[in-house]
Amino acid sequence: MLSTLPAADLLELFLRFLMLSLLSIGGAMSTAPEMHRYLVVERGWLGEADFTTAIALAQAAPGPNVLFVPVLGFQVAGLAGAAAALLGILLPSTLLSLGVSRWGATRRDTPLVRAFTAGLAPVTVGLTFATGWLLALPFLADPARRGGALLLIALTALVTLKTKLAPMWMIAVGAALGAAGFV
Amino acid sequence: MSATPPTLETGASRAHPASSLALFIAFSLLALQGFGGVLAVAQRELVDRRGWLTRLEFVELYAVAQLLPGPNVVNLSLMIGDRYFGLRGALAAISGMLLAPLLVVLALAASYQQLAQYPAVAGALRGMGAVAAGLILAMALKMLATLRGNVLGPALCTALGLLTLAAIAVFRVPLAWVVIGLGLGGWGLARWRIALLHARQARIRKEDESC
Repeated sequence: MLSTLPAADLLELFLRFLMLSLLSIGGAMSTAPEMHRYLVVERGWLGEADFTTAIALAQAAPGPNVLFVPVLGFQVAGLAGAAAALLGILLPSTLLSLGVSRWGATRRDTPLVRAFTAGLAPVTVGLTFATGWLLALPFLADPARRGGALLLIALTALVTLKTKLAPMWMIAVGAALGAAGFV
Repeated sequence: MSATPPTLETGASRAHPASSLALFIAFSLLALQGFGGVLAVAQRELVDRRGWLTRLEFVELYAVAQLLPGPNVVNLSLMIGDRYFGLRGALAAISGMLLAPLLVVLALAASYQQLAQYPAVAGALRGMGAVAAGLILAMALKMLATLRGNVLGPALCTALGLLTLAAIAVFRVPLAWVVIGLGLGGWGLARWRIALLHARQARIRKEDESC
């Protein structure tokens, strides 16, 4: 699995993620559907299961959720892929954030900036729902285990909304149920 | 300490990191505690325990971080690091946030290739994947509540949100087109609504004066 892509493909991956970086309003997770489209559907570098695994690993491990991005890169092209994906997704947004936070803190109440926040909010929410839907989709495709997985997804959402339980525990329960073959 | 955002007042009496290295260590420690998301841990460590930020400063910085593209907690680290030690501080905070967890997650990904032969491990990952989907759906539901005060109003918000969802999840439109098309549309609509609001307020003020 440490086999690397040709340099040209690696460069293309890097450039694609550079572009995605500026679109990742609301967090890197909002670009997950686009990464799926590119890596799984368009290029066929990863299978459906690889994609879901990358997100599950990043959720299970400590640290920011953006780390699913280097895991995707790692699955595609080893350490070079991980570096290309992570640098790509972070470089533009980080430079932009640095510039904007230095420049824009005083202008936050102008109509233009307020309209930007308000106008993009529903789009961000829609993107987050789309990500959840695309993550849940592989579980709905397997009729044998559909019920258990749906129940676990719904239960997780409910517990997250109604309690203050740390996600770590829900992930541990999900892992245990999955290992026992319930999901 | 260059270009301090005005929301952050650094008084001499305030607690602050001693060096870039201290920033790096603090962010590494909080990142390594953040299972399933770092935000809550960041708030507890930076505000409650270390006192580097007040609660309000944290919320305001997070609002800006959320608005900008890029991972929210990475943007947040960047702004806090930049506040104390400029670019060097920003880099220290970001690498603290990312380096140690990156090593952990890559080690997991590498060993997963060998471990995946065991059906229990594959099953565990499946279960964790289902939980991940549930966590994101819950996050989306929580975000719905933030739309309540939106100047667009409920009908336009619903329409924009559903259009985005359908474009991405059903029609698989590339993200760039969705963000540019619907984002610019939302921005334009919001500008129009704000202008309407201002006009109405001005009219009410004028009527009040003529009474």
